[in-house]
Amino acid sequence: MKKVLALVFVLVLGALIMNHLNDNNLFAGFGDAMLENRVSQSYIDRDATENNDGVVFDESLDLESGAANTVTAIVADYRSFDTLGEVTVLFISSFGVALLLGQSKKRIALEFKPNFMLKIGSRALFAVILMTGVFVSIHGHLTPGGGFPGGAMIASSMLLLYLADDEFRAKMRGFKILESVMGVFYIILGLAGLMITGFFLENFLDNGALGTLFSAGMIPIVYIIIGLKVGSEISSVIDHFLSEEGA
Amino acid sequence: MLINVLEIIVSILLLLLAFLALSSKSLIKSVMFLSSLSMLSVVAFVLMKAPDVALTEAVIGSGLVTSLFVFTLLATRKVGQKQ
Amino acid sequence: MLQIAGLLLMMLGLYGLLTNRNVIKIILALNILEIGLNIFIISIGFVRGGEAPIFSSETTSNALVYVDPLPQALVLTAIVIGVGTTALGLAFAKQIYAKYHTFELDEMGEE
Repeated sequence: MKKVLALVFVLVLGALIMNHLNDNNLFAGFGDAMLENRVSQSYIDRDATENNDGVVFDESLDLESGAANTVTAIVADYRSFDTLGEVTVLFISSFGVALLLGQSKKRIALEFKPNFMLKIGSRALFAVILMTGVFVSIHGHLTPGGGFPGGAMIASSMLLLYLADDEFRAKMRGFKILESVMGVFYIILGLAGLMITGFFLENFLDNGALGTLFSAGMIPIVYIIIGLKVGSEISSVIDHFLSEEGA
Repeated sequence: MLINVLEIIVSILLLLLAFLALSSKSLIKSVMFLSSLSMLSVVAFVLMKAPDVALTEAVIGSGLVTSLFVFTLLATRKVGQKQ
Repeated sequence: MLQIAGLLLMMLGLYGLLTNRNVIKIILALNILEIGLNIFIISIGFVRGGEAPIFSSETTSNALVYVDPLPQALVLTAIVIGVGTTALGLAFAKQIYAKYHTFELDEMGEE
């Protein structure tokens, strides 16, 4: 009975959404979106607040937002306050995990005994994955990626060490300090923008030429902060999940 | 044309994997189907020209979330053996 | 096609969320719903023949046709929040198992 009710509810919901998608001027069919009618075109043209005469890769100087990756420009510049809220949500969720699972101290033992080669090899691989994470974070304004996948890569390098060594235990205290310091840095950056330009989290640094490494004002700084913060948060979540009840 | 065929194949596989993940009796198999569903959704994101989302989903969706599920199941199996 | 697949995936996840009685399965269905919704939101901004919204040495000017970047930015946010909610839900599941020694909601309640 309950399954039938659930099925009917889901089917009615799906039929409603599909019906409204078919005769809707705002949502064109799959693959025919018209960007001219949306705000997105001015994110690409970088003229959300003022007009400019086109964007050219490697030549345009001092655009409204200097990131070559438009998604990054939206996440870390136009909607940076939104991202601050998102990082706060992630912080609260890792705080909740620590509250629920924090009382257990001992870590779960592995089924097998890791041998010497596995430990050393995973140390070498750890460095490579960590550097990839840092690279992805720093180049967030030029290439796909950015602080969130970069931070997740940093956390997965920690996960590798946890899986390859049965006695490894990261210094969680260091991660907690790093995370708090990075959160404070983000807010200080926003307040500095408020003091200099009059808007919270507004870019106050030189934008440089589009497409070079040292460009886009404070977007690389914001993404390094986000990368380290997300990395330490997810690392502490992994540590809490790998510990068990008892002494 | 090739892209269209690819889209249809990916769509059908996505639905198949979601159905398998929900209907599988064993929890660990469900988690593995969820992981491959995430991995396949990365292909869908790449087909829709969203490389940022694809990279994030590849690292987080199919890596970290799967490991969290597996750790939960691992810890509970230990508790079950003690009894 | 991928738009309809995302929608169906969302419906499948919602159905699993409503009918399953296992804590792990509920969180899993929530994840499937989230993936379907992400695919659907990205598909709203897709332009056939458009370029990925990144300026590079191949795509140098803003006069080309690009895919809508705004849904991608929103989904990037949603994925990271998704891992937070999943981690919190699994922590609850772990605590439930520690107390009742089962994941099935129907078998709880005594102890």
